[in-house]
Amino acid sequence: MPRPGFVLDVDRSTPPILFHSGEGFRLEKLPAERSRVVYPGEPLAALRDVEASIRDALLSPLDSEPLPALLRPGMKLTICFDDISLPLPQMRRPDIRQRIIEAVLDLAAAAGVDDVHLIAALALHRRMTEDELRHAVGDRVYDAFAPQGALYNHDAEDPDGMAHVGTTDQGEPVIINRRAAESDLVVYVNINIVAMDGGWKSTATGLASYESLRHHHNVHAMRHSRSFMDRHASELHHSNWRMGEVLKASGPRIFQIETTLNNDTFGDRGPMSMLQKREWEWSTRDRATFVGMQAGLKRMSMATRRRIFQSWEAPYGVTSVQAGAVDAVHERTIANVHRQQLVPVSGQTDILTLGLPYICPYNVNSIMNPILVMCLGLGYFFNMYRGRPLVREGGVLVMTHPTPWDFHPVHHPSYIDFFEQVLAETTDPVEIEQRYEKSFAEDEWYKHLYRTSYAYHGVHPFYMWYWGAHALQHLSQVIIVGGEPRSVRRLGFRPATTMADALEMASDSVGREPTITHLHNPPLVMADVS
Amino acid sequence: MPVVIPEALAGKRIFVTGSTGFLGTALVERLLRSVPGCEIVLLVRPGRMRSVAQRARREIFRNDCFERLREELGGVAAFDELVDRRVRVVAGDVSTDGLGLDEAGRAALASCDVVIHSAATVSFDSPLDLAVEVNLMGPTRIARTLGDLGVTPHLVAVSTCYVAGNRRGAAPEISVHESPFWVEVDWRREVEAARRVRADLEAESRTPPLLARFMAEARAELGAAGGPLLATKTENRREAWVKDRLVEAGRSRAASLGWPDAYAMTKALGERALGESRGDVPVSIVRPAIIESAWSQPVPGWIRGFRMAEPVIISYARGLLSEFPGVPEGIVDVIPVDLVVGAICAVAARGPLHPDGTPDVTQVASGSANPLAYGRLVDLVSGWFSEHPLYDSDGQPINVPEWRFPGRGRVQGQLERSERLLAKAEKVLRSLPLRGRQADVATTVEEKREQAERALAYVTLYGAYTECEAIYGVDHLLALDAAMPDTERTDFGCDPRVIDWDRYVRSIHLPSVVQHARVRTEPGRPSGDSREQRLRRQVLSPDRQLAAFDLENTLIASNVVTSYAWLATRRLRRPDKVRVAARLLAEAPSLLRLDRRDRSDFLRHFYRRYEDAPADQLVEDSVELMSDLLLTRAFPAAIRRVREHRALGHRTVLITGALDFVVAPLRPLFDDIVCARMSTDASGRFTGQMTDVPPTGESRASALFDLAGRYGIDLREAVAYADSTSDLAMLEVVGFPVAVNPEARLASLARKRGWLVESFDKAPGFRPPALPIAARRGPRREWPGPLPFLAPLRARRPRATPAAAPPGRPAREGAPVRAQAGSLRGGRCRGPGAARVRCRRRPVAPGRRRRRAGAARPRLACPAPPTRRHLRIRPGHARRSLQPLLRADRVVPVHAGARGGGRARRRHAGRADPRAVVRSARRRADVPAVPRRPHQPLRAHRLRPPRTRAADRLLRDHWRRLGHPLDRPRQPARPRARGPR
Repeated sequence: MPRPGFVLDVDRSTPPILFHSGEGFRLEKLPAERSRVVYPGEPLAALRDVEASIRDALLSPLDSEPLPALLRPGMKLTICFDDISLPLPQMRRPDIRQRIIEAVLDLAAAAGVDDVHLIAALALHRRMTEDELRHAVGDRVYDAFAPQGALYNHDAEDPDGMAHVGTTDQGEPVIINRRAAESDLVVYVNINIVAMDGGWKSTATGLASYESLRHHHNVHAMRHSRSFMDRHASELHHSNWRMGEVLKASGPRIFQIETTLNNDTFGDRGPMSMLQKREWEWSTRDRATFVGMQAGLKRMSMATRRRIFQSWEAPYGVTSVQAGAVDAVHERTIANVHRQQLVPVSGQTDILTLGLPYICPYNVNSIMNPILVMCLGLGYFFNMYRGRPLVREGGVLVMTHPTPWDFHPVHHPSYIDFFEQVLAETTDPVEIEQRYEKSFAEDEWYKHLYRTSYAYHGVHPFYMWYWGAHALQHLSQVIIVGGEPRSVRRLGFRPATTMADALEMASDSVGREPTITHLHNPPLVMADVS
Repeated sequence: MPVVIPEALAGKRIFVTGSTGFLGTALVERLLRSVPGCEIVLLVRPGRMRSVAQRARREIFRNDCFERLREELGGVAAFDELVDRRVRVVAGDVSTDGLGLDEAGRAALASCDVVIHSAATVSFDSPLDLAVEVNLMGPTRIARTLGDLGVTPHLVAVSTCYVAGNRRGAAPEISVHESPFWVEVDWRREVEAARRVRADLEAESRTPPLLARFMAEARAELGAAGGPLLATKTENRREAWVKDRLVEAGRSRAASLGWPDAYAMTKALGERALGESRGDVPVSIVRPAIIESAWSQPVPGWIRGFRMAEPVIISYARGLLSEFPGVPEGIVDVIPVDLVVGAICAVAARGPLHPDGTPDVTQVASGSANPLAYGRLVDLVSGWFSEHPLYDSDGQPINVPEWRFPGRGRVQGQLERSERLLAKAEKVLRSLPLRGRQADVATTVEEKREQAERALAYVTLYGAYTECEAIYGVDHLLALDAAMPDTERTDFGCDPRVIDWDRYVRSIHLPSVVQHARVRTEPGRPSGDSREQRLRRQVLSPDRQLAAFDLENTLIASNVVTSYAWLATRRLRRPDKVRVAARLLAEAPSLLRLDRRDRSDFLRHFYRRYEDAPADQLVEDSVELMSDLLLTRAFPAAIRRVREHRALGHRTVLITGALDFVVAPLRPLFDDIVCARMSTDASGRFTGQMTDVPPTGESRASALFDLAGRYGIDLREAVAYADSTSDLAMLEVVGFPVAVNPEARLASLARKRGWLVESFDKAPGFRPPALPIAARRGPRREWPGPLPFLAPLRARRPRATPAAAPPGRPAREGAPVRAQAGSLRGGRCRGPGAARVRCRRRPVAPGRRRRRAGAARPRLACPAPPTRRHLRIRPGHARRSLQPLLRADRVVPVHAGARGGGRARRRHAGRADPRAVVRSARRRADVPAVPRRPHQPLRAHRLRPPRTRAADRLLRDHWRRLGHPLDRPRQPARPRARGPR
């Protein structure tokens, strides 16, 4: 029976706490008596027979007829699946998407469906490479469909490839992939690694165009999503659900398949296993491995470290598979996500500390650039709450990350220009949105790179910045421990060399004896703040 | 009786030569300001672009020398009126016979009462023939012209004290030939000799060995910049060589006769010539010493030009010159310019001293009456610069070095050694393929070498003067001064004893020199925009109309070889990839050499490798090429710059030697792309031949001219970005050239010409793969499981064809795999790499290698392995070239005598059957660096037709395992019950 997550009050006997810091780690001693650490629950037990669960989900779906009943010869079937941004890190083969897609294809073959397309629903993310697609859907599916051009990435800038489905009551246009829109059935294969994913966001965002996306991917929506990890309190999700209504009314029939994974990010054995243990439970072997790893990493170049970390594939276990109508499926999915991730925490704190790992949804097989550091800290991790933020309004966020001035030239070209041109002028999300968003979003070169190369869309760095808009508004200052001063200052944050320095700097805003909460993440944990 | 100069010169017409020079300008100003009654006729050489009147206005009357007069007259209009009324400018040249005067000019000259000849080439390093024509023949020509005109005005010729030559002791005011130390030289012979030296050198400089040398030098400096630019540079080098030799000839001739340099020698001989050929013209000679800034007239410190002691002083103050020869107690004979002008005016007013008109001499020098010791001058200068230091580019004060007055030989030796060393270092650095910041090292070395060269020139030129210890008598000068009434002395005083050297050096001369030198005299970083920022703003101004970009190393750190390597290896298996890469690496030096020699030849030669490559495949691959190679090596700042130009409405143009399909993915950045194109044959394969001249060198400039003509663009409003001298033609035709990460040669040119230099970097933190080899594709691992869906889907679906791909998605993942499967099904490996690697893609002499029987038999379920080539090497043949070794599949050492010795070889040598004589794999005809040897003597042992052995079978199985599953022809679909349909 896995132990649930909990909150540890730090006292004098508490060992130093592990902080992720990019492609490395720090051990930090938090002040006793006024610090607490929110630990994630241990990995839930995985499903024993995933294939059987999948079959069950497909044959007895929620609020829907069984999948075989929806399949008929001559129909147009489109299978959409989550892109490279999920799960994090990538899961070991076989990927759950592959298992589900193969099961769906089995049923389709049995039903005599032969017009099948598979689309990576990546919205404005970068296209997946052949290797990445092979990893997600498996070689057999890839070899069977890709050569015929029936397995491909969604292209939000294809003038002929997008279809206008309708408009919500608030005037938001719903524009999704034409193939999906014109299909008789869309099967969406999702991985719900955090509570933000899934539901109508899968189709209304994953298959959408910039014109459609910009109505919920903006500063206003993000500032009114408290948090965007809680769909009922999230303007982002409200908008997506409104679009979902339009899709329900005039779009294709959608058969949603959602899955949840457990917290087994680093495995219970192997070199990374100590990262998901609690520090006082580290064995001598764990300590030795950690010391050895630190010493080794210190001697490696950044590129080598990146390669090693990025090659890590998590041994996630699948905890649930549910299929059927979007709303019913998503409610059950969220319950399963919460079962693994939610930890009750009482009250807010003055300082929130975060250890930022090497990966976020947008740097898989890539480089975590400073903008992504901001997005991961102030966007994702800050928003891992339900109810109220972990840190009080006017509080301080302290994160650990080296924040190098590094960029991936193929994946993040618009990020480079955003960092060099836009952030050099201002860091205010509203001003950035008003002055610069349009020019980047409509830039022909970025569109070209998004469509033919492996680049994120020109507007994507703006969304990264908006993702942190709520936190920027909420916090009085942000300090990055160990961050490269030049790039941290460009972000509008303050660099600190050590945690002690950072706490000293934070005292300007929160006084000499602030309370501190550390969100021990990853493995993923979400605070239910009362 | 006191001579009142304004009165004496009132109503007279004075003819002045050399009025655009330092002394001449001051003289004209003084005559206009202080001698109100005279008229002036100026002899001015017509310029190439301007008339003499324009030249006089621009080069004489706009000078700040006339500020005082303009103010006294109350404005520009009054001044212009005065000039128009009193000054007349005639065109002429003292270096041509008859002074090059037209009729009007001759009339003007004939009407003059006084002729003041101050035209000279005062540069101490002027070529011998020029010095002879101007300094030696100039005064004589004037006297002869006057004689021709039948007039005898008073001719005042300005000479120099140094006509006395290198000597110690008193040098009185006597004619040169009256000196006891005069070496009798016939000036006519010297003139003839100088003209002959010029003619000889001109002829010699056109001899083939020298022309070859100049061409080599031009190429070393410019690289493969294209024919026209190299021709221009070669001609410049030739002219420079002739000039250098003439300077050298002048210096050695002067030294042989005891003068410090050709200037002093030609002036001395000029005095002698004038004395002999003056006819009836009365002559006075004024000999100033080293003329420096004004003591009081028109304003203290006025100076024009920057060529005497000033460069030495500034070099010293900037810390560049740490040693300068000279004896501390020696006299530096400096004389302020206004004193010289005063003396000339006094001589003109006085008239000839001798009633018969024989030349009288007046020396204007300070050495005898008010000497300034060299040591004292150095103390004054170093003291002043200690108090008022110059500042370096970082705003830090520069410490002046302490001079130790070493001998000239030692300093010269030191400087020559350091110059030689730096020149060698520069040569080495230039030969290395450095660029960007690395090339800065080469530029720094070059800068240091130039500094050393300049210091050496100063030491050589001026060192002789500092060591000259003659004391010039000034009796006549003092007499002139004494003859003036006291009231005149303010305006025309010429007594050197009035000079207070402390005040002159510290308060007058040095502040003036520093001001003229435009050096930094304020601490701290300069406020406002830097030069680079200003240039960048100009480049990115909305007024510009076109921005042309080179590709390689300007936008992307890649080249045609890396693109080829990537494309060639994309569809190859691993061992072949390694082999292609190894081959290219081995060829790299020869390719680099060829590229440096001629870019066009290089491209033509290199693109031959694409022969037989399927065009559609390469076009398809080029999309991946952009993501996998080009973008990983791109300079984000450069791409941003292109887009900035586009946003400003400039027309953006890419001019590159890369192939069209390689640069096609960059299309959205550019309005026009000028690139290389290859023709295809009927079967859609590249022929390896270009359809037109590749855009390199001067054809890049022509491309720009074409575009400018087509769109009505003014190239003066165009910007060009490039990285190497092979783009020089393109850079030179535009108004705003920008050197991007320049290689050493271009960095040096850009520095000299003041071009904007940008250093664009690859994306920070990302390390592209070291070798440009396409990554492995295809499946990694497979998870076993039941997959009943595949068979029915596959069976139902029609075979993949490129047309089956949905429109609008030309570059989806599926396409390459599909193409590969398709191409390999026929048992042939395609792709440009295959053409080079697989033996059977290359034409083979019949019987030379036997094709493996049944190579593509379907039984094998994979394309047949390529025919193997064994290269057998016998002892003693170890020094064979690398290429055949690389080409061979296996190198087999053969022991001597194992299969017959020399006799067997001889027996086989006469046979027609090529199998009997196994030649080493010949190098390809398209590698010009390697000689073709059609019948190379036997080096490898006889190659037997290969037999299938167990080892071969093993290897073949190994290949099968290595290959992509899709490489194997599909197994026939198993008979299986069909689905419900």
